[in-house]
Amino acid sequence: MNATSAEQASAPVTEDALRSVLAGERPSSPGPVLTSLTFGWRALLKIKHVPEQLVDVTMFPIMFTLMFTYLFGGALAGSTQEYLQFLLPGILVQANVMITMNTGITLNTDIQKGVFDRFRSLPVWRPSPLVGALLGDVMRYSIGSAIVITLGLVLGFRPEGGAVGVVLSVVLLLVFSFCLSWLWTMLSLILRTPNSVAGVSMMVMFPLTFVSNIFVDPKTMPGWLQAVVEVNPITHLATVVRGLMHGSVPAGEIGWVLVSSVLLVAVFGPITMVLYRNKK
Amino acid sequence: MGKLAIETRGLKKSFGKTHAVAGVDLAVSAGGVYGVLGPNGAGKTTAIRMLATLLHPDAGEAQVLGYDVVRDARAVRSRVGLTGQFASVDEDLTGVENLLLLARLLGYSRRRGRERAADLLDAFGLAEAADRQVKKYSGGMRRRIDIAASLVVTPELIFLDEPTTGLDPRSRNQVWEIVRGMVAEGTTVLLTTQYLDEADQLADRIAVIDHGKVIAEGSSGQLKASVGAGSLHVRLRAPEQRAEAERVLAGVLEVQVEPSADPAALSARISDPERVARSLAELSRSGIDVTEFALGQPSLDEVFLALTGHAAEETPEEDAA
Repeated sequence: MNATSAEQASAPVTEDALRSVLAGERPSSPGPVLTSLTFGWRALLKIKHVPEQLVDVTMFPIMFTLMFTYLFGGALAGSTQEYLQFLLPGILVQANVMITMNTGITLNTDIQKGVFDRFRSLPVWRPSPLVGALLGDVMRYSIGSAIVITLGLVLGFRPEGGAVGVVLSVVLLLVFSFCLSWLWTMLSLILRTPNSVAGVSMMVMFPLTFVSNIFVDPKTMPGWLQAVVEVNPITHLATVVRGLMHGSVPAGEIGWVLVSSVLLVAVFGPITMVLYRNKK
Repeated sequence: MGKLAIETRGLKKSFGKTHAVAGVDLAVSAGGVYGVLGPNGAGKTTAIRMLATLLHPDAGEAQVLGYDVVRDARAVRSRVGLTGQFASVDEDLTGVENLLLLARLLGYSRRRGRERAADLLDAFGLAEAADRQVKKYSGGMRRRIDIAASLVVTPELIFLDEPTTGLDPRSRNQVWEIVRGMVAEGTTVLLTTQYLDEADQLADRIAVIDHGKVIAEGSSGQLKASVGAGSLHVRLRAPEQRAEAERVLAGVLEVQVEPSADPAALSARISDPERVARSLAELSRSGIDVTEFALGQPSLDEVFLALTGHAAEETPEEDAA
């Protein structure tokens, strides 16, 4: 650490400089879009300074794709190649949905460190720190998606829906992930530490992604479990992504995903904002 | 007394069973430094968080620069600056990025924001550390960037929550210089502190808070006067004579004489200054050599002890802040 030497080297605070700084202007307040984008810029800066935080975005989906394809692929679908065609869209869904947890952990860390109160004390549109953080996360989802798809293509994934299908499914995933993140922002305002946010998120995400049609066709499951899988929004999301990537466009299912996205924001957005306003 | 910068009536906030702020009335006039003095957990931070619109009061009213902190929260936010353990900067970003972020959020264009950030870093002696992540700053630099972050738009009123806690004396003096500089430029400063000498040095008026209540208010001189005439400090050439000196002094002064931490020193709270001169004569008659004999106003430490019945630095079990 070279902080001490820098301290000595730094010039002392001068009265003149302080005077001129305090005579500064007072610009007019910017609108909600600009403040949200500015908070998004902060999230990108954090990725730049702490690239290690992208481990969950990169390693996790790579590990899952390789493990499931080669460990279970043969047993589940007859051949690893065939299973990959089924699994990859699902893994893409799982990767994105898992990455959303990061939103809550980051926000909770901000609260612990006191950055959050600085932002709350600013005269800006109140949701903008949260919206900005979520916009920054869209970058993470995009990186995660790009990695999964590239790896898939290398391993032999051949989307019949072509580039258009792939891009559309990623866009839909980004929308859903952005909306799901509000669940975690709410959680991070309730729980005390980043670790507890991570713990609770995992407890929700593991059953949610595994009790779905991401890894296997639910036809082999017992009836009661099929019923659970059927109402799991992740199942619908995986069905849509699978469909789009392989060239069929299930309009009803797309509608279902969009409606559940809107519902997620409509329910958890306002709760988050109430908690945010009254945070102790 | 000029215009009021802060006015509160019966301000209250509880967390569960802890009454962090239990009915605070404050009247802080504009300009100068107002000190809020109290031990850990006295409710200082909670009070400031309410005044800075971060926390809703359970009861009572508070006006900051003429605006209600609940109804006109945004008007308050655009006029005050906030610095403390609870309002800090992003450690992962560099100094200049933090200031630019705030400048953009407060309406500066990208170009003007950069200039503003550079000016602030210059003024606070942080120009060389501009491109370093804040987590690599030393304690003093960290505190300066925190204060600079509150001045991106010049506030009419700035809250400084324990701005020098944990700083070395040199860094502490720098923060004091900054506070004096801000006051000279017409900013009102509300400062909380656990350090009595800090309140004594900086504040024009002081509110002493304990268990969520204001237990005394006034200038440092007034507070000191309220606990008696002053105190006598005596230092002896030979520490082994202390017991005898204590007996002599107690006899003449007719008050309790306390041995100090220094093995050669004694102190006593004086009720009757007339007797002080006689006590010096009595010491010399008893053959006790004195190297120091000083009559002073009571320290704020003594004031605090007299007001609260416990010392200022004592930490209660429950930290309500």
